[in-house]
Amino acid sequence: MINCVLCGVGGQGTVLASRILAAAAMKKGEFVQTAETIGMAQRGGCVVSHVRIGEDAVASLVPLGSADVIIAFEPSEAVRALPYLKQDGIVVTSDRAIQPVTVSLSGESYEGEEMLSYLKEKVAHCYVIDTERIIEECGSIKPLNVALVGAVAKSGAIGISVDEVEEILKDKVKPAFLEMNKKALMIGGEAL
Amino acid sequence: MRELLMGNEAIAMGALMAGVQVVSGYPGTPSTEVLETVAKRNPGEIYVEWSINEKAALEVAAGASYSGARTMVTMKQVGLNVASDPLMCVNYIGVKGGMVILVCDDPGPISSQTEQDTRHFAKYAKIPVFDPVDAREAYEMIQTAFEYSEKYETPVIFRSTTRVSHSCASIEVGTFPVHKQPEGFIKHKKWVIFPKLSYQNKLKLEQREEVLAKDFSELSYNQVTGEGKVGIACGGVSYTYIKEELNKTEENYKLFKVATPFPFPERLAEQFLEGLEKVLVFEELDPVIEDALIYLCGKKQLTIEFFGKRNGFVPNAGELSTLIASQCISKFFGKDYENKVASFADAPKLPIRPPVLCAGCPHRASIYAVKQAMKGKKAVFCGDIGCYTLGNAAPLDMVDTCLCMGAGITIAQGIERAGNGSTNIAFIGDSTFFHTGIVGLINAVYNKTDEMIVILDNSTTAMTGHQTNPGIGKTVMGEVAPVVSIKKLVEAIGVSYLKEVDPLDQKEAVKAVQEAQAVDGVRVIIFKSPCIAITKKREEMSVCTGKCTGCKKCIRELGCPALFMQDGTIQIDKSVCTGCGLCSQVCPFGVLKKEED
Repeated sequence: MINCVLCGVGGQGTVLASRILAAAAMKKGEFVQTAETIGMAQRGGCVVSHVRIGEDAVASLVPLGSADVIIAFEPSEAVRALPYLKQDGIVVTSDRAIQPVTVSLSGESYEGEEMLSYLKEKVAHCYVIDTERIIEECGSIKPLNVALVGAVAKSGAIGISVDEVEEILKDKVKPAFLEMNKKALMIGGEAL
Repeated sequence: MRELLMGNEAIAMGALMAGVQVVSGYPGTPSTEVLETVAKRNPGEIYVEWSINEKAALEVAAGASYSGARTMVTMKQVGLNVASDPLMCVNYIGVKGGMVILVCDDPGPISSQTEQDTRHFAKYAKIPVFDPVDAREAYEMIQTAFEYSEKYETPVIFRSTTRVSHSCASIEVGTFPVHKQPEGFIKHKKWVIFPKLSYQNKLKLEQREEVLAKDFSELSYNQVTGEGKVGIACGGVSYTYIKEELNKTEENYKLFKVATPFPFPERLAEQFLEGLEKVLVFEELDPVIEDALIYLCGKKQLTIEFFGKRNGFVPNAGELSTLIASQCISKFFGKDYENKVASFADAPKLPIRPPVLCAGCPHRASIYAVKQAMKGKKAVFCGDIGCYTLGNAAPLDMVDTCLCMGAGITIAQGIERAGNGSTNIAFIGDSTFFHTGIVGLINAVYNKTDEMIVILDNSTTAMTGHQTNPGIGKTVMGEVAPVVSIKKLVEAIGVSYLKEVDPLDQKEAVKAVQEAQAVDGVRVIIFKSPCIAITKKREEMSVCTGKCTGCKKCIRELGCPALFMQDGTIQIDKSVCTGCGLCSQVCPFGVLKKEED
């Protein structure tokens, strides 16, 4: 059984990332379950997706303390999701902090760096995706989701290879954006 | 072919496999994707509609079922309250074509007003209810539900919950059957509800309950497994939580999986209870299975100790989880609960991230205009159900009441009747206005109320994911439809003041509210501006940072997620800004501008 938790802020593309993982696992004949946040929380709130691969997973939600991988689209959301991580689990996170409106209003902002150093202190296998590099080389922050998936695939923790993800991208991504996403996949892999 | 299907998609695909012919519903999280999937995967001859509300939807489905078509009507749990009038009659009348009422409950609640449990409604209406544990089972079980509906000529409820509806599983999907033309309506006295008929039918309903309970004891989805002196009973998604944890134990136990909470499969339940000393009942929302088992113990004079919601063993509110299952099981088996989840109490303070109105949302402009116009005046703001409920949060802070669909307009009337001179203003969206708001408006005019009604017309049903409604000119089947004009409707009802304004023009918007404030009677302002999620991005905003004094008025007043401070000056997150221009109308120093300016 493989358990993945994807977390981020509504609108960041966590659902597409979970669908890519699910499709790659299905292509290998695995039974897959996912669970998503849909509804009010999508509007700028915290979103969490669960992906479980294997017939022995009964519930669709990953139990706390049992995620092989946390894929975080935002560093503070990675910290929030840590209780899901199993011992020796992997965290792959974006380095870009997204300040919620509440922070702008109260005037106190939090530092992404502080979250990242906490993650590195607590998690033995924590990999950080350089979003500046994605923006620079892909021309947009959009393929961050694919970069994160690339890093996880490269880690070998979920039994899906980078090549297998690339195959799925051909089905899931419009041809015009394929090269950009392949680039992001590679950048993600290089984070390890 | 194997597909990754969300529970709601699986339900839709199962209904298509069952040969459903007419599908109606009203959007509501977590039920919405069922009807949308039928529309999307329609092999061509299935009629699908978003009705104006759940009552209309259920009646449309009932009429089609009378005529021999297999039908499905979809809604969320609170939607069933709106549809309860026809439900509580069609149960007596019965149906011809199989009729499934798909209702999604929302333990938590995650995106609903309450934790209402639809299983009670089934019992109250004396109609069968099916309760799947996951998407895979839902796909199969809905096909069974159609068969039972036809076999017993009764509508049946198919109850899902958020985690079943919004979880996906890889499912093998078959080929849809060939469409059969329904027979059409055949006249008969049995379709006309009269006291005498209802008396006779009630006797039949009571008899049927016993027959169904026996039938359900044989239904493969209801299961008793294992052996021992202790038992665990559960149903719905809770089964998956408890099963996941039970798979890790080596204890002996009997497990009762209840797929039809009503009529309760008593014979099977007796088999389960036989030889038991104690029972744990693990279910979300209300203790429905627990009460049915306790009742049965009373009836059979069995002395069994129960652990569930009734004695506070299982939490009485909120979602259940594998974590709660694991805690309950340990305690139930008399073991110490071993916490395997690491603590991160020393983590840096995490930002609070509540849902907010999107950047560029026209509701922000509408609500802000009302706030500006009413500054310093005594006013009560009655909200309603939709994205604009988010206007309750700081910094807008403009929702004083919110109850249920369409209630804002009428709650404001009650506040007026017991009032102390406040101006009472109701906010309502276009879809909610069509749903039940229009009734409140007629009530206000007829009863000579003093009230201001602000209709937020963003030309979509936004909160649930942009469904069509009568004001848009399109149907869910992609056809062109007549546009029902809110303005003409309001005119015809006869209000004392009516104006349609673009809220993004703040000057005009504030003026309209001030004008309406000066008039007596029922005043209506229609703020018309499309939801930004369905329109193309307009212009770009830019910042002349040199002029910014860092006063943060824009952030303090609007709370737009596109605005943030960096190094003491305002910045715009261009990845979310839509260029609505509201901030440029608030900035006192002309710092924020549209790119064209």
